[in-house]
Order: sequence, then structure tokens, then C-alpha cells
Amino acid sequence: MPTLAPPPPETRVGYDLDAVRAKFPAGSITTQEGAPWPTWIVRREILVDLARELRDNPATRLDLFVDLFGVDYPDRAERFEVVYNLYSLPFHARLFLKVAVREDDAVVPSLVKIWKGVDWFERELYDMFGLHVEGHPHLRRILCHEGFQGHPLRKDYDAARRWILTEDKIYKPHFDLPDGEDDLFERMTINIGPSHPAMHGTFRLMAVLDGETIIASDIEIGYLHRCFEKMAETHNWQQVIPYTDRLNYCSAFINNVGYCKTVEKMLGVEAPPKAVWARTILSEFSRIMDHCVCNGTTLVDAGALTNFWYMFQIREEIYGLLESVCGARLTVSACRIGGLIQNLPPDFEARCRTLLTMIPPFIKDVEDLVDKNRIWLDRSVGIASITGAEAVNWGWTGPCLRASGVAYDVRKAYPYDLYDTVEWEVPVLYGGDVYDRYRIRMLEIRQSLSIIRQLLDRGMPEGPHIVDDPHVALPSKDACYNQMEAMIYHFKLIMDGIQVPAGEAYTMVEGANGELGFYAISDGTGKPYRLHCRPPCFPIFSTFPQLINGGSLSDSIVSLGGLNVIAGELER
Amino acid sequence: MSQPIAQTTTPVAGPHPTETRPYRQSLYEKSYLPLLGGMLVTIRHFFKNIFGLNKSYTIEYPEERRDYSHRFRGHHILTTRPDGSVRCVACFLCAQNCPAECIHIEAGEHPDVNIEKYPVVYEIDMLRCVFCGYCVDACPEEAIIMSNNYDMAYFTRDQSIVGKSDLMKPYTFDENLLGYRPSFPEEDVKRAQMRRGAFDLVAAAKQAQANGG
Ligand code: SF4
Ligand code: SF4
Repeated sequence: MPTLAPPPPETRVGYDLDAVRAKFPAGSITTQEGAPWPTWIVRREILVDLARELRDNPATRLDLFVDLFGVDYPDRAERFEVVYNLYSLPFHARLFLKVAVREDDAVVPSLVKIWKGVDWFERELYDMFGLHVEGHPHLRRILCHEGFQGHPLRKDYDAARRWILTEDKIYKPHFDLPDGEDDLFERMTINIGPSHPAMHGTFRLMAVLDGETIIASDIEIGYLHRCFEKMAETHNWQQVIPYTDRLNYCSAFINNVGYCKTVEKMLGVEAPPKAVWARTILSEFSRIMDHCVCNGTTLVDAGALTNFWYMFQIREEIYGLLESVCGARLTVSACRIGGLIQNLPPDFEARCRTLLTMIPPFIKDVEDLVDKNRIWLDRSVGIASITGAEAVNWGWTGPCLRASGVAYDVRKAYPYDLYDTVEWEVPVLYGGDVYDRYRIRMLEIRQSLSIIRQLLDRGMPEGPHIVDDPHVALPSKDACYNQMEAMIYHFKLIMDGIQVPAGEAYTMVEGANGELGFYAISDGTGKPYRLHCRPPCFPIFSTFPQLINGGSLSDSIVSLGGLNVIAGELER
Repeated sequence: MSQPIAQTTTPVAGPHPTETRPYRQSLYEKSYLPLLGGMLVTIRHFFKNIFGLNKSYTIEYPEERRDYSHRFRGHHILTTRPDGSVRCVACFLCAQNCPAECIHIEAGEHPDVNIEKYPVVYEIDMLRCVFCGYCVDACPEEAIIMSNNYDMAYFTRDQSIVGKSDLMKPYTFDENLLGYRPSFPEEDVKRAQMRRGAFDLVAAAKQAQANGG
């Protein structure tokens, strides 16, 4: 078995972790050797100060809070490990912090004052592991309901347990009402969702209204929570792929790619050129499709129904392409660890080219309809706007961040697959509002089309669609039926699963709504020890109450659409 | 006016924008005149639709059905041997590989010693199944394949647990209605001919139809 791939080089002029390290007592920070990314093991006492220093020190400026999750090691003295994933936009560098805590003292300090986006992640930590987060303003469950007992991601929690939600445990909204006038007479609290067509999924929005204006709001999520991360621990590595489909189901293919890349990295295998080529093309098509769905439905929320039809015709055709590759339209499961599910169909290139000619007219039609349409402009310009600095603090990534003027795109920052071999640009807009989020998606669709065109011009690489490694990929059916050796490998792979060597890996891809990362930990047993998905829309949606407070109720509906929040990914 | 800025190098240095610069409407846009341009788009589509120049994406199911590829992952089929008996040897690989854990098999002793085992019970819970095709991948006997059939509707949950006889039932299949399976005829005709499992079934169904069945 090959060993873990070496960490990617991360050197930028002026980036100096030691400058921060020197400020803290010796021994409170240790570097973890052999970690996939630069990783510090940090004593809990200094965490808050260290985090603030890392964010503000001009030598590090780790300003983007990416992710936070826990890991449970019942055999260790310090049972829980909390992992923080930070990224420095100015220096293009990444740092992981790990804090270990004992079970009888399961407390970590809250970082909410440093990064606002950490809020929901810390609630998730409490919900999933039962760790108390000290200093968190309103620590309560987020994905599981209040009637839930136990903490599902602890290793001693049985995945098959079910809990019934009784009426007295129903979520009680938490409003940060502005101080001062408490003239409750004029106010009305209304509830939208969870099954409301404007909520695009199963979110529940509770808003306190003063006339038409929202003065405070709260959201409840978790209706679609199925604990993907726990389910992954009970299945082998290959079997997780259908689960990843159901994260961002508008662009399921990108999730497949992200997950498979993580496992491939741990295995030290690389998908063959043909698979990489097809993955890039289909990821871009998925991105186009996702942007179409997002923009189409946002416009519907504003009353512009026609665009929805035009946008969905694009999606329809892309689904056709995906179906011809893998046999399913929505939940594609089209990748396998080490390659693709099947060889590409003979008409793959022709179909892609047809799509390339078919998509632009529809995009143009939509732009002609709404781009300069005063009704849409009045509904969207300046609505739910957020500045770049704020968005970074909230942990935003993806098109929404780029609409606020910060050009972070994983495809450029950490090029994977073929993105560094084609010419394309990252569009950036500075409005930070619903209109610019709509525009940025239109611009990105153009870029995606250009990427696909360049790759098609290059021609399909010859060769197999999956690695030729009997420890990773199932042997061809031909071999399996006719050769004893292949048959044995086939049996071994199905019965025991892929044997991923013990270790950790984090890889990220640019999902349709931001940085989609998978952090995988293997203990070498054939099943993931821990698999964490970094959901891009999770921090974005946590900003939502702040975005809509002070605006009118009808604007809140338009702004939700523009954020591209996908319940399957948000709630995992 | 906000303009897209092309960015070709890696990330942005410098401070992040602390204020937003929203789009500013020009006088022309404020005049509502661009709406006429949008109107032209819809009128164009209207006439194209009337004269049937636009492709219609609405399918009038069930009269009309979607054209799926030969890889579609639909209802499962248990293939048969030429004598009509089930091909499956109850090796449990498909059940093991199923991420939804929805295949239930009970093995029995086969009268033919060369075959050893066969499934006495073979059930798939179609409401649990996620149609991922992992069972097809796992099968070493080409005993389970998928069809193009996607209309599965049941009145009760019990009906959704489909047993062996229903899985073996040759619907009105012809070769075009086969779905995800190890060998795709358009890719490798020879291999498909070599492993005739799926096609025996088709031939049997056609025969049955020809006989007025
Ligand atoms: S298609 Fe997937 S979920 Fe359905 S029976 Fe086969 S392996 Fe199980
Ligand atoms: S894998 Fe094939 S042969 Fe084995 S039990 Fe399943 S259907 Fe039967």
C-alpha cells in the first residue's frame, strides 16, 4: 500500500507562523508531524488569544474561518479532539489547530468573538459531541432536535437509535430584540416554513415584524438532518459515495469528486487522465446547473417566472448528459474512488458540444430579460448586502463571497484536476447584494463554459476510466468472470472494502456554493474512522438573520434564494 | 458601477472591502425602457413555441416517456439461465455491497452440485433502495442487472418489498429497455455476447410475447 502523499507546499513571502508562536509560552503549541496540512496541537488555555493573534498578526492574517469539527477517541486520555481549520486569504496559507480535551472536563472556549461564522459550528460541536463551549451566547442543539438524547457522533452512540420529538421540546426561537422601545403591541411574530415554498428546502424562519420590517429573526434547521457523518462511519469507503450525492443535491457530481479525491489522496492513487478530464468537465456542467437552479429560483421568488423555465431547460439537458454517463440524473454516484463508475459513452464529446451551443442562448435570454430590468433591480440591488470583510469573518466562500469583492476560489487557490491547465478567470463583483450574487453566477457560467470548451478541444485522453489497482478499483467484469485472481480481488474488495491506510487527509474542491471540503480520518479498518464534510452553505446561512434584519419581509425571501442554501448539505 | 475584475493570479492581498459598491442604475434603466427588450425575448419564444420551433421539455407522462440511456439505473432484474432458473448463486456480495442495506437473501442448497447454492428468498426493498447500482457492481455472476423501468408505485409498504419472482419477471423488455449492467452493447458487443445472461432474458420475454403471452 502506498503511503500518504506529502503535504502541498504553502510558501508565501512574509507568511511567518513562528512570529505568532514566539508570543506564547513554550510547550503550549506543538507542531503535529506527518499531518496532511500544517497543524498545531494547542493547549486549551491559550486558544482564544492564539486565535486572535493568528487572525490579526500581520505575519499570519488567518482571517477566513473555514471549519470546526470534533473527533472522538474513546481510548485516549484526552478523549475529544476539536479541529479548527483556518485560511489566510492574503497569504494563501492554511493552518489547522487541534485542541484535545478530557471527557470529565469537556469544555472548549468559544471563538465567536473572533470569527462570527464559528457560531453554528460550535453549536454543532455541542450537539454532536456534547462538548460545552464556554462563552457561546446561546449554546443549544442545532441539527438534532431538543428531544434528542445523547450525542450522535460519539463513538459509543449507536447509529440505529431514534428519538421522538414531543411537543414540549419544540424549538423555542431566540430573538436578539433591539433594546429600547419595547412596544410589543405593534409587533407580530410570524413563522415561515419549514415546508413553505419560499424556503427552498426545509428551513424554518421566525421573524418579529414591525409592520413590514423584520426587526429580529431566528432560524431553525435540522429537518433534513440524517447524520451523514455517522452513517459514513458505519459503511466502507466506497459505500459513502451515494451518501455524498445527497449533500448538495443540485450538483451531486462535485460532491462525489471532492470525496473521492480525499480518499485517493489517502491511498496515494491518482485517477487516470481520462477520469480527471471527465471529472473536470462534469464538475463544470454541474456548477452551471447549480447556478441555473439558484438563479432561476431566486428570480421566481421575485416574481420573474419566465427565467425559471429557461434556466431549467439547461438543467434538463445537463441531467441528460449525466444520465448517459452514469445512469442517474440527480443522485449520480458517478465517481468511484480512483476514477469513474463506467467508461464514458461514445457520444460523450458530441453531447457536450451540443450543450455548449445550447446553453448560451438561454443565458442570454435571461440576461436580456432581467439584467437591466428595473423591477428586478429595485428588488435586488442593495438587498441583504454584506461587505467583503464581514463575509470573510462569517466564513463565507464561493460565489457569495466573490460577489462581495473577495476573489477566493479553490480552483485557483489550490488548483486540482485540470483547472491550472486551462485559461479562465475568477469574476469578482463588489455589490455584495442579491443582484451581484445573481450576476456573479451568470459570469461564472460563462467561465465554466469556456473551461469545458477548452477541455473538449483538447480531446478525450485515451486510457482507462479508473485506476488499474486491484486494491482500489474492482476488476473489470470480464476479468472477474474469467480469472481466479481477479475474482479473489473482487471478493476482497466487496467484503472488506478498500483498505485505506491509517492517517488523515483534508481536500477541498470548489463546490457550486463555496469551499467543499472533506476531512477524513482512517484507522486502517476499511471504514472511515471519522469523515467530516465542510458544508459551504452552513456558515453562509448562519448569517441569514443578520442579513434580513431591518429589511422588509418580502426582501428576506429574495435574499434566501440568492444565498444558494441547500438543505441536504446544510443539515447533512 | 460594479464591473467584474478579472483575477488570474492566486488570491487577493490587502484588506477586504469594508463597504459595498452596489450596482447603480443608469437613467435608461430607470426609465423602464429595457423591459421592452425583455418583452421581445418572451414574444420571440411565444411565436417559436406556437410554430413548434422550440423543443418542448415537458413530457406528457405516462403517455409519453422519457428516453433514457442504456445505463439508466432503474428497477432490478434477476437474470436467468437458459433453462429459466435464477442465475444468482446466493453469494451475498450484493447484499454486502448495498449501502442502503435493502437486499435480503436466504440461501438454499441447489440440486445441481455444480451450482451449489441458490436464493430461496431474494427481496429488495424498493423504498429503501437508492438505485446506486452497487449490487450490479458487486455481482460476480451477472445475476442482477438493472432495467430502464422507473415507474414503481405501491399502495402499501409491503408491496414495495419486491421478491424473487417479481424481480425475475420479464416485463415487456426489449434490449433497449435494459439499464445499468456490466456490459454495454454499444461499447463491447463481443463481451455482451459472451455473457449472454441479460440477453437470454430478453429473448425469453420476446418469445413469450410472440407466443401470445
Ligand atoms: S441499487 Fe444500490 S441501494 Fe439498490 S439494491 Fe442495489 S446496491 Fe442496494
Ligand atoms: S451478488 Fe449476484 S450472485 Fe451473489 S447473491 Fe447477489 S445477485 Fe446473487
